[in-house]
Amino acid sequence: MTKTTDIDYEDIQGLVRFGHGQLSASAFLLLKIADLEAARRWLNSAAITSATESTPAPQSALQVAFTAPGLRALGLAEDLVEQLSDEFVSGLGGDTNRSRRLGDTGSNAPQHWRWGGSAETTPHLLLMVYADPTRLDSLLTSIREPQFEQAFTQLAELVSRHNGPREPFGFVDGISQPLIDWQQQVSTDLHQRDRYSNRLALGEVLLGYRNEYGLYTERPLLNPLDVDRDDALPDAEDQPQLLDLGRNGTYLVLRQLAQDVRGFWQFVDDQAGADPQQREQIAAAMVGRQRDGTPLIAAAGEAIDGSEPSDRQNHFTYARDPHGHGCPIGAHVRRANPRSGDFPVGVDNWLSRLVRTLGFGRRHHGDDLVASSRFHRLLRRGRIYGVELTPEQALQAAADDSEERGLHFICLGANISRQFEFVQNAWCASSKFAGLPSESDPLLGNREPLLNAAPTDHFSIPRAGAPARCIQGLPQFVRVVGGAYFFMPGIKALRFITR
Amino acid sequence: MTQQSTFMITAVIRSDQLTNLQRLLRSMNQAPGFANPRNRLLPYWQMQQLHVARFTILQANTNDDIRDYGVEPSDWPPTLCFIGDVDGAADLFLAELVIRAEPGLREIFSHCEDFESDCDNLLQWLHDHSRKPSANYINWRGRTVLQAREEQALSVALRARLNDLQQLQGDLRPRQLRRQLQAFVTEEIAARRLRLSDPLPAPAGWHLRNLINLVGVPLALLLLAPLMLLASPFYFARLRQLEESDPENTQRPERSHLQALVEQEDIDVSNHFNVFGQVKPGRLRLFTIKMGLLLLDYTSRHIYKRGYLTRVQTIHFARWVLLDNNRRVYFASNYDGSADSYMDDFINKVAWGLNLVFSNGVGYPRTRWLLKGGAEYEQKYKRTLRRNQLPSESWYKAYPGLTAYDLARNSRIRAGLEAPDPSDSEIRSWLALL
Repeated sequence: MTKTTDIDYEDIQGLVRFGHGQLSASAFLLLKIADLEAARRWLNSAAITSATESTPAPQSALQVAFTAPGLRALGLAEDLVEQLSDEFVSGLGGDTNRSRRLGDTGSNAPQHWRWGGSAETTPHLLLMVYADPTRLDSLLTSIREPQFEQAFTQLAELVSRHNGPREPFGFVDGISQPLIDWQQQVSTDLHQRDRYSNRLALGEVLLGYRNEYGLYTERPLLNPLDVDRDDALPDAEDQPQLLDLGRNGTYLVLRQLAQDVRGFWQFVDDQAGADPQQREQIAAAMVGRQRDGTPLIAAAGEAIDGSEPSDRQNHFTYARDPHGHGCPIGAHVRRANPRSGDFPVGVDNWLSRLVRTLGFGRRHHGDDLVASSRFHRLLRRGRIYGVELTPEQALQAAADDSEERGLHFICLGANISRQFEFVQNAWCASSKFAGLPSESDPLLGNREPLLNAAPTDHFSIPRAGAPARCIQGLPQFVRVVGGAYFFMPGIKALRFITR
Repeated sequence: MTQQSTFMITAVIRSDQLTNLQRLLRSMNQAPGFANPRNRLLPYWQMQQLHVARFTILQANTNDDIRDYGVEPSDWPPTLCFIGDVDGAADLFLAELVIRAEPGLREIFSHCEDFESDCDNLLQWLHDHSRKPSANYINWRGRTVLQAREEQALSVALRARLNDLQQLQGDLRPRQLRRQLQAFVTEEIAARRLRLSDPLPAPAGWHLRNLINLVGVPLALLLLAPLMLLASPFYFARLRQLEESDPENTQRPERSHLQALVEQEDIDVSNHFNVFGQVKPGRLRLFTIKMGLLLLDYTSRHIYKRGYLTRVQTIHFARWVLLDNNRRVYFASNYDGSADSYMDDFINKVAWGLNLVFSNGVGYPRTRWLLKGGAEYEQKYKRTLRRNQLPSESWYKAYPGLTAYDLARNSRIRAGLEAPDPSDSEIRSWLALL
């Protein structure tokens, strides 16, 4: 493949490369632009954290991303906005057809959202502030100086005071992350990537680079003649005569998910007949990992590109567990990343590839039902919120505890429809994932019945040599209470947009 | 095995009646594009042999695309298209349809040009307006609507019973469990709460035609092989030339057009797809698409008849029809999952198969050697497809909530129940299906 130019980390927002994990407090400010000139000035001079490495690590970080109405409000030409993806332009909460596809119906429907569900409550921009817990408040105060207050009005402030490795249900989270191929060394040839790989083409995460198809995702490109300074934007790699407004930028999906921790553990405890060991087993089966993150599957015997054999938590696939006896097919993490390759297991030469390409040689019923993972990976950057409630506390009779807890789910990617929406629709929300009869994601499912009135509120745990254990009547554990699609531009593009 | 057939009725819509007709057809729906089985016009719920049906208005939205090839587009007036897939012979189905729904059909077709209100033989009129597909795909040949419904009822009953048994008696030995479930089904059948009908055998003539096709097509190709071998260097030289020069049209579809499409998607677990485009000019392209469709039809009839079309396991029914003197092609399918996952499935699993047929369509992304490229240009391909896609006015499926894979599993559940002498491991895998 062609040699690509070196990566300009200075131009990439830091969140793409780092999760800012050492800065365990964060505030996500959802802002509307009140005064255009003031907003431009503030944004143009804001010290946005880039992806360059620095030692010691920075004491705080600042990132920024915009919705489509936000880009319009900043005066970005409509034809450039239109060249961003359709999903971004129409927005997460702005189309009932999208909501239906994503399972944002019933109590998840945008009309009930605190923000993002209507034009009035959709922010123009998202300002992400990361700091040490002791410094967050003073940092926020220093940001909110008069010029800032003049420029923006705040719709909401999503604060995370601490960010441990565990999500609110008590499971270690954020383990499965793709290894970004920054050096662009791996072939993206459609015909050379049969097996699951954890290494992901840079163009799946950033616009302006080759994606897993070896192609450049569509994005706004400009004629240099239309720009007053020709060094304002990077060149488009695939069309060097044009400037690339997308390069080093990415889309950011933010969803505020309220988690019913008490409801979850009390339901599981009930199913387990209050037996602590069974309780752990059922909860682990639903999640697809034990609470400490240990997978339910033995480590892979073979190499997985982009994953170290010593990384016990990640070095596995479901190839040797086709029937879900180790990890249930419908378990949350198996849905969110089925760790599938372009071909099912057993393709290792041209003959077996030909046989499988023609549709023959399936090893069992249900073989080859799941799409290849590499086209549907998410780079997750979420943060938890609310006061921690351990499973043990959750099981105690409810002291008056009205505090909400949950996840500010964030994922980054170059193609919202093929990445976030596909995973949410075809893998998580779908009651037919991998041929399951009708059950939605045990954690995320909205439990709405199908059109033939078939319920989707159950979860089956397949067992070798016996009928599956079927858990019925799952209540809804996770509720969507806000969300939006953002574009997180490269830093040159940010300067261009806010110039 | 029960015979299955397709029907397709097309008729040009009176120029002033398009919106009236749309309004009428949409009055059959309970959700956008989604028919109510008990609608006023066509009582689908009474038609026990109808798998899927739809009304689509074939409009040449992308008619001007062919100008890129230096060809003046031909006229294509908006045309009503009524298609369906049925058990048994299509003639019988249409006859029954006329008996059950003559007033409704008359009301619909009275919006069409050559339908006179005094037309005294509706059935004859329907036959006169029938079109045969060039290729037809059926997920599972011979599985009837009746069977699909009976087996679904069986699976639901077995699952519930199994759950009760486990609650009452804890884990039983598999063989014992199966015996209890068998006894339960026998009781249910005796009480007429379940039914498991035997398949109706297809008539001898159908078997004979199938056999003639099975042998005849390869034989004809074999006879022509020397000729084709001689011609192949010229064919491929010209093909490569065209592949290099054929203009692509990968314009973004209008947002309002996309909106009309997605509005009727993901209402059920299955969706419906219409693509209506033009065949590229020239004899080579026509020959290629005809050969591609012949191959597709042959393999669907004799090889891909048990749940999968190459690697794709999500299509219930699909057909390809050449129209307008072979200048246009209409593709209709019924598939499981969202449109995006359907397109991804095709791109990642059978881009080569799509290219073979659709690369002969105007605007398709550039291919190499007929099989490579094309659909592999993911975003271009999705745009081309969406641009040439049409919404259905009203779509019906006899078993909402069920995917093709569900139907196959239900059949396996029944087969396992009825198996005469299964081994222990067979019983265990059978129980795992529940």
